[in-house]
Amino acid sequence: MDCYTANWNPLGDSAFYRKYELYSMDWDLKEELRDCLVAAAPYGGPIALLRNPWRKEKAASVRPVLDIYSASGMPLASLLWKSGPVVSLGWSAEEELLCVQEDGAVLVYGLHGDFRRHFSMGNEVLQNRVLDARIFHTEFGSGVAILTGAHRFTLSANVGDLKLRRMPEVPGLQSAPSCWTALCQDRVAHILLAVGPDLYLLDHAACSAVTPPGLAPGVSSFLQMAVSFTYRHLALFTDTGYIWMGTASLKEKLCEFNCNIRAPPKQMVWCSRPRSKERAVVVAWERRLMVVGDASESIQFVLDEDSYLVPELDGVRIFSRSTHEFLHEVPVASEEIFKIASMAPGALLLEAQKEYEKESQKADEYLREIQELGQLTQAVQQCIEAAGHEHQPDMQKSLLRAASFGKCFLDRFPPDSFVHMCQDLRVLNAVRDYHIGIPLTYSQYKQLTIQVLLDRLVLRRLYPLAIQICEYLRLPEVQGVSRILAHWACYKVQQKDVSDEDVARAINQKLGDTPGVSYSDIAARAYGCGRTELAIKLLEYEPRSGEQVPLLLKMKRSKLALSKAIESGDTDLVFTVLLHLKNELNRGDFFMTLRNQPMALSLYRQFCKHQELETLKDLYNQDDNHQELGSFHIRASYAAEERIEGRVAALQTAADAFYKAKNEFAAKATEDQMRLLRLQRRLEDELGGQFLDLSLHDTVTTLILGGHNKRAEQLARDFRIPDKRLWWLKLTALADLEDWEELEKFSKSKKSPIGYLPFVEICMKQHNKYEAKKYASRVGPEQKVKALLLVGDVAQAADVAIEHRNEAELSLVLSHCTGATDGATADKIQRARAQAQKK
Amino acid sequence: MAFPHRPDAPELPDFSMLKRLARDQLIYLLEQQHEVDKLYKVDNKPALSSSEQLCFLVRPRIKNMRYIASLVNADKLAGRTRKYKVIFSPQKFYACEMVLEEEGIYGDVSCDEWAFSLLPLDVDLLSMELPEFFRDYFLEGDQRWINTVAQALHLLSTLYGPFPNCYGIGRCAKMAYELWRNLEEEEDGETKGRRPEIGHIFLLDRDVDFVTALCSQVVYEGLVDDTFRIKCGSVDFGPEVTSSDKSLKVLLNAEDKVFNEIRNEHFSNVFGFLSQKARNLQAQYDRRRGMDIKQMKNFVSQELKGLKQEHRLLSLHIGACESIMKKKTKQDFQELIKTEHALLEGFNIRESTSYIEEHIDRQVSPIESLRLMCLLSITENGLIPKDYRSLKTQYLQSYGPEHLLTFSNLRRAGLLTEQAPGDTLTAMESKVSKLVTDKAAGKITDAFSSLAKRSNFRAISKKLNLIPRVDGEYDLKVPRDMAYVFSGAYVPLSCRIIEQVLERRSWQGLDEVVRLLNCSDFAFTDMTKEDKASSESLRLILVVFLGGCTFSEISALRFLGREKGYRFIFLTTAVTNSARLMEAMSEVKA
Repeated sequence: MDCYTANWNPLGDSAFYRKYELYSMDWDLKEELRDCLVAAAPYGGPIALLRNPWRKEKAASVRPVLDIYSASGMPLASLLWKSGPVVSLGWSAEEELLCVQEDGAVLVYGLHGDFRRHFSMGNEVLQNRVLDARIFHTEFGSGVAILTGAHRFTLSANVGDLKLRRMPEVPGLQSAPSCWTALCQDRVAHILLAVGPDLYLLDHAACSAVTPPGLAPGVSSFLQMAVSFTYRHLALFTDTGYIWMGTASLKEKLCEFNCNIRAPPKQMVWCSRPRSKERAVVVAWERRLMVVGDASESIQFVLDEDSYLVPELDGVRIFSRSTHEFLHEVPVASEEIFKIASMAPGALLLEAQKEYEKESQKADEYLREIQELGQLTQAVQQCIEAAGHEHQPDMQKSLLRAASFGKCFLDRFPPDSFVHMCQDLRVLNAVRDYHIGIPLTYSQYKQLTIQVLLDRLVLRRLYPLAIQICEYLRLPEVQGVSRILAHWACYKVQQKDVSDEDVARAINQKLGDTPGVSYSDIAARAYGCGRTELAIKLLEYEPRSGEQVPLLLKMKRSKLALSKAIESGDTDLVFTVLLHLKNELNRGDFFMTLRNQPMALSLYRQFCKHQELETLKDLYNQDDNHQELGSFHIRASYAAEERIEGRVAALQTAADAFYKAKNEFAAKATEDQMRLLRLQRRLEDELGGQFLDLSLHDTVTTLILGGHNKRAEQLARDFRIPDKRLWWLKLTALADLEDWEELEKFSKSKKSPIGYLPFVEICMKQHNKYEAKKYASRVGPEQKVKALLLVGDVAQAADVAIEHRNEAELSLVLSHCTGATDGATADKIQRARAQAQKK
Repeated sequence: MAFPHRPDAPELPDFSMLKRLARDQLIYLLEQQHEVDKLYKVDNKPALSSSEQLCFLVRPRIKNMRYIASLVNADKLAGRTRKYKVIFSPQKFYACEMVLEEEGIYGDVSCDEWAFSLLPLDVDLLSMELPEFFRDYFLEGDQRWINTVAQALHLLSTLYGPFPNCYGIGRCAKMAYELWRNLEEEEDGETKGRRPEIGHIFLLDRDVDFVTALCSQVVYEGLVDDTFRIKCGSVDFGPEVTSSDKSLKVLLNAEDKVFNEIRNEHFSNVFGFLSQKARNLQAQYDRRRGMDIKQMKNFVSQELKGLKQEHRLLSLHIGACESIMKKKTKQDFQELIKTEHALLEGFNIRESTSYIEEHIDRQVSPIESLRLMCLLSITENGLIPKDYRSLKTQYLQSYGPEHLLTFSNLRRAGLLTEQAPGDTLTAMESKVSKLVTDKAAGKITDAFSSLAKRSNFRAISKKLNLIPRVDGEYDLKVPRDMAYVFSGAYVPLSCRIIEQVLERRSWQGLDEVVRLLNCSDFAFTDMTKEDKASSESLRLILVVFLGGCTFSEISALRFLGREKGYRFIFLTTAVTNSARLMEAMSEVKA
């Protein structure tokens, strides 16, 4: 085990620091790191390098190149920098590269060197130039702070939701501060800056001078300052080679250290981890690296080449031309197990397992020892935890093996922690692979969460790995595989060299109908890349037609959108498209489109009927739908028009339309109505009273009731009222008038076309039995019985029925024989029946 | 009497849940969301309320929007500001918002939705209370409500489990079914694994069977609907029924013990039943005599109330019967029924035609005349041109020229057509069928397709044996088949179709009928595995009528259920009858 702790360096009494290699870099740098602007994203993120030609005195003739590499040095992108001079580079939390230019413009690039967007840090900078800039991370996202030529600070706490805040002026500031940093405290971003021996804290309201407690005297200038990953701690490096370490609130001092090096360090970063025993600062000079903490001695490393430090949550990454290393404080579990001569339960368990493998009885001894102390559970937990902190798979394995071995001797040890650690390590080893190049530690991974890691893989277009991880971890499809496939598809549609057909087919093959994949989203992306045809093809795969519509509208494929909307059965959607079309097309085309879509047409017609009558008319006109046009005008003749002339005119138009529709019947009926209307008007003028809008029948009735028989006759002749109707009409009207004399005259005027039974009925209705009887005698033989019964002459009815020898009539009469008076009649009928049966 | 259910009849699902659900939603909306404290009926009058906000609960109709707009604009003119809220039920339509916008008040009102689509009118009857469905869909070709139907079905399947067997006939049925399926797929997993409570669902378009809906109803509940109009499960009995000077609103459902026993009876039996009942009641009252104090106390505390209640109901229904009788004899109901039966059976067409003509000439009733004309047209595959013209002319002379539009509507809906010469018809048919097979057009209701639609009633009637052959008198007291709801003269087509399909569990062997119904492309069956469905649930059948069903159909299917040991549950867009259908098609002067 001794060799394992060889790279452990103690700092003070309690903590060890170790540095191990993550990757040997193979990135063939043309430039020295010191000549470049460098930005490396935290959480094992990518590295951006921009050779900085503007720093040199003479203007560069060649354009610089912006290179982006993975943490393992695999090239991700390389592009010629064509924009203005860059002051600073930095990565946002979404792994977007922010390039702050001298003129205050910030250009945002994707991981693959694709330009995303740009924004400006304000107009003021245009003249004053940007002297320096920092990109920092806050709870809200990523922030940018700049220092202008006028020695003013401007910052934005979240570039995703850009709000520029100009910081107050620092009184008496004539030259650039010797060092400065952005600080985040209580969700507010501040600027801490050093001017000579003074420190100032800028918030958006004021500038206040601050003094670190317990600062050694004799400081005339601060050369470097560093804030920890979580903004909790601050370190200051003075020109006396003295390092002050304390809380970022400047309320408390943690420790101090005098390194006696007066040269300004190249970089200074915090190296700590959550719940760490020790907090240390790593200071880098050209060829020297120093780890400084609350101890009299520091740890020193020699740097063979130009190196760059990247602070992480739980350590510091250090990369150079040839290697990429990780420096961190050895976690407790690892320390317990691996410390020389450790008797911690985990250490014993590891030993026991090794002996067991050697088939040595010592295994039992060790195990017994742990068990006697009752620490087996703790031992297993320790091994599991330590495995997480190991970088080498071999070591992870042996620790896990030990844990698994120990587990055998435990009842009811919950398996989750072991299983999850195995899974997590598998994922971690996969992404740490050289080809992937995301050197996450276990703590970073837990902080980042699997969802974000998957996002980052997707961002690197490592779709297969992402999907494998999802499947391996059995993530729900909607969060896992489907989401990744959708991202893949969105990327796929951007491949301009592949034909629309192939892309669409490839996407459909992969995605099939995986739940949770929205083809319309992918299509929207395709459209965003200017591939309308592809978008349409992709939309074909979208099972919910409703989803297709908004995009189709956006792509100006309104007609297609219309048929899709109709397919969806959602009338609201159809209506939306219709209104869209109405604005987009000229009226003629709009109507033509409607014509081919009956469902949409009827929907629109319904709307027009209530809201836009004129449009409705135009619609019918366009279609040469004369029948409906006729109906339209008919409706207008009584609903819209008030004056008689207008009404007649509307009817005339209707009649014309009906003729065109070859609906002679309707045309004739309409013409009749015109005549009737005019006539009614005349009647009103001449006779007074209400005639308008009565039906023909009612008009004649009204005339008769008013005693204008002549007129009535005339009207009946003019409008060819059939005899039957006229007789019914007159009969009813005269009975209503109780003009029995006239009725009798009328009945004798000629043979009744409706028979005489109605006369009987109507008289009885008016309770005039006397008159009724007059007509009963004239009723024809078939209805005679009925008529006689109506007037209540049961006896005679019986006689007639018997005479007719009609069984049905006989029963009818019989059913009317109710009172005692009809007893004789009933007998008579019964006798007749009996007689009939005999025969 | 009042045939009891078979002992093995399955239990009905509890639909009161729907009521509770809707009520709670509404209370939440009104009280919590919108702080409503007083309710008024929207009736196109200026709102007199002086409160700070007005909240409208309306159907999403353009007319309603304009009413609201007029109110808001009137307030604006008067310089008055208040808050306006519109709650749409069952859903909001974009067109409505458009109208609000065009009227310039979109910014003044806030909108909300009350997704209430299923009202349980009775233990076995759910109504969507959308009478406008019929005109909107079958006349105007407007499909807006189909989605609502699909959503209602979706709600039912989430509450009562999936339906293992689905059948349907009609274009609208198919569309509603497909939309519903899409909804289910989108919300996958919710109904999965649930035990189905209802084994079958049958969707049927009203235009598959207009005939039944056009016939005069003679079962008690149908007659009450025809005579007094049942609204939302309750009826207003006027003074002539209550034999007092007040009108009385009466709920008609299974809760009413007397009504429950006579609702499905042919009217000729009802009087006898009621008088028997009255005698029984009297006997129970009479038991009082000779009781000692204790018995009397018991009687008063336990039975008297029930008896009084029954007494009240009994006198009401007797009153209703008398009133119906009076009205019917006045109108010569026997003649009318005789004519209807003649039309159904297809004899004495000339006589029937002149009867109708006389009916029109005498101005008996515009709606009745129209109904008879439609019945004649459908049973005869359209009127012969001469009759078509003369009947229409007579009608216009009697009732005014605006009915030219009514006729145009009826023609479009296929209710009143002219017999077309053969060749043009086939041409039209092929055109329509081409439209239908075209994929996109498959979902389209071509409002004009009905022009070419032949009703083929006679042929269907023969195929399905709708006119029962009767030797001697049809005993209405002990019905043999569903024809009893029309005095034994006619088995309702819609019910017969349902019976046949359920018997076969598919449309197999009914191809010819389906073709004659012009529904070749719109008859479907969809069966899923039944292993989860209990035998009990498989005898529960949900029948969905798109465009309305009549009480006669409900009675007929209730009868069928009793015969076969099924129970039917009815879901309809609205309860309808011949008069409502005709009114929906009529143009009236506003």
